[in-house]
Amino acid sequence: MRHRSLLILTAVLTTGALTLTACGSRDEGSKGSGDSGGKTTVVIGVDAPLTGSLSALGQGIKNSVDLAAKTANKNNEVPGIEFKIEALDDQAVPASGQANATKLVGNPDVLGAVGPLNSGVAQSMQGVFDKADLTQVSPANTNPALSQGDNWGKGDPKRVFKTYFRTCATDVVQGKFAAQYLYNDAKKKKVYVVDDKQTYGAGLAAIFSAEFERLGGKVIGTDHVTVKETDFSSTADKVKSSGADSVYYGGQYPEGGLLSDQIKKTGAKIPTMGGDGIYDPAFISASGEANDGDLATSIGYPVEALPTAKKFIEDYKAGGYKDPYAAYGGYSYDAAWSIIQAVKAVVADNDGKLPEDARAKVTEAMSKVSFDGVTGKVSFDEFGDTTNKQLTVYEVQKGAWKDVKSATFED
Amino acid sequence: MHELPQQLANGLALGALYGLIAIGYTMVYGIVQLINFAHGEIFMIGGFGALTTYLMLPSGTTLLVAIPLMIIGGAIASVTVATAAERFAYRPLRGAPRLAPLITAIGLSIVLQQLVWGFYPDAKKPLSFPEFGGDSFHLLDNLYLQRADAFILVLAPLCMLALGMFVSKSRSGRAMQATAQDPDTAKLMGINTNRIIVMAFAIGAAFAAVAAVAYGLDKGQIGWEMGFLLGLKAFTAAVLGGIGNIYGAMVGGVVLGLAEALSIAYIEEIPGMQQLGGGAWANVWAFVLLIVVLLVRPQGLLGERVTDRA
Repeated sequence: MRHRSLLILTAVLTTGALTLTACGSRDEGSKGSGDSGGKTTVVIGVDAPLTGSLSALGQGIKNSVDLAAKTANKNNEVPGIEFKIEALDDQAVPASGQANATKLVGNPDVLGAVGPLNSGVAQSMQGVFDKADLTQVSPANTNPALSQGDNWGKGDPKRVFKTYFRTCATDVVQGKFAAQYLYNDAKKKKVYVVDDKQTYGAGLAAIFSAEFERLGGKVIGTDHVTVKETDFSSTADKVKSSGADSVYYGGQYPEGGLLSDQIKKTGAKIPTMGGDGIYDPAFISASGEANDGDLATSIGYPVEALPTAKKFIEDYKAGGYKDPYAAYGGYSYDAAWSIIQAVKAVVADNDGKLPEDARAKVTEAMSKVSFDGVTGKVSFDEFGDTTNKQLTVYEVQKGAWKDVKSATFED
Repeated sequence: MHELPQQLANGLALGALYGLIAIGYTMVYGIVQLINFAHGEIFMIGGFGALTTYLMLPSGTTLLVAIPLMIIGGAIASVTVATAAERFAYRPLRGAPRLAPLITAIGLSIVLQQLVWGFYPDAKKPLSFPEFGGDSFHLLDNLYLQRADAFILVLAPLCMLALGMFVSKSRSGRAMQATAQDPDTAKLMGINTNRIIVMAFAIGAAFAAVAAVAYGLDKGQIGWEMGFLLGLKAFTAAVLGGIGNIYGAMVGGVVLGLAEALSIAYIEEIPGMQQLGGGAWANVWAFVLLIVVLLVRPQGLLGERVTDRA
């Protein structure tokens, strides 16, 4: 007994001493840099494809996180803390994502990261963040295995990484919701399923197919395309001659847009449906062919329609960002804001100072975060998944995405 | 089998595109035995040159007027870059071991991609390219020919014909043949071999520009990454047809295009092969074909025996 209490006493004293010295040096450091006016700098990392064909989405993520940081600084959301962002480009390549994660971990001021966009990239980053106890909140990863482990489909969900959170609903929710809409609302019975063989696309297509057949529809054929290829005319002709009345595409908009256009060029007047990966203006502008009638599901209610989002949209416009906030702007803002709230809770618990083990404390605080965000109520369940299961179906009408149905998903 | 004519048309159009790009690989290889891996990027730059030309034209110009100008604009860009590459990257290495220029070519390919990525306005994402308006041609009950496909199916044979005439009939063309057969003797006969080599690069680049315009008109977009994969396929086509032979390039392209289209459509219908069909496996089957052809005819479909050359 005596030994144990001695041990605890020593540990407490050491931690206390370390915290004090660390705080001292941190303050000195920020005074040294001069521009933060005696405040402690907390950096929120951003990892997204800022260049390449998915950059439309990536830039929206980066700008929205930037807006969240600026808003927090302006409102003095966390007294004594100045938020900054460090945005890194992963080009949608897993290896780059891992390198970026390592870089963010190496910067002691980083207390949380927003990103990445692609589920495949997330797989390569999770382990790095987990070892460093660094919170990661993705605004866009929808693969269920990322939070619930590989056996999620077999009724044995298990959290793999304690540092991983996301503000968007998973493919399970999205794929089923899409199947229900296509079968019940759009009255399509024969679907041709194409995917891009990636973590996100193939997973989504499989969930969609299972639910569509469970409802009584028929998957009349399947095919796969290769990312970065551009000629899908042979696949398009197979779709046409199969007699399908609709196409479901699991993948991203660069290939999805071309596939939809090339199917329409064959003369088949059938809609292509996809997940949030194709919900982007670039899907429509991929080529000149009209996309009217094509469908996409996306997470949450349309940002424009939420009363909570009005301020976000106004602020984003006032921010003067070059690129639009795109499909994940609202989720990225909420992801960054959840980190800010976690930092706030940690600082409040520690007499207005950052504790020495701030990263671990922030990760702990994340599970208790709850606030009304741009996309609705933001909080995380025991897996780190969002508790928000609102979804919307969008349709291309006159060359623009328009929301046609919003609902809360029910299994 | 109802869709066979359609799939043949798809394969032909894709193959003609491969063939036009493959000319560049085969001409350069035939004369200096260099595999110019930067040729895919020359193709890409041709596309950007054409798009720039289009954007400079007054809006409302009909495609009929715009296309020839775009081809010229694209060719100016691609030929300039290709000849500059020859002068500053390859010529200094003319006497070096063959691996040196090969590595240079790979490096050049990366440099060109990054230059376009970094300096062409807005090129970090795909740029939209003008497309043909109007419906596709309805030739048969089960055959629709899209306008862009018709365009390349007409243009590619014309280009091949012109190139064939040039090589066999004109003075420069015969000088080119002589240089390919024996550069040293050709030099002794008073042929300026350096000029001939530049010409080979320039012709390949011009063909690549034509291909780039056809590609843009078909897909409706171009991007800085588009040259890599297509360049690789075109190089495969050149090897398949017999590298060094200009007709072989076109034949190889068409065979490769048809193989891809037909394998996407029909492999999965063979009983037991369902898992190995579709778009995911098209490249695998194309390369299986390449290996089989090279096992039977190592010199390629129309290639000369390598021993003849040595």
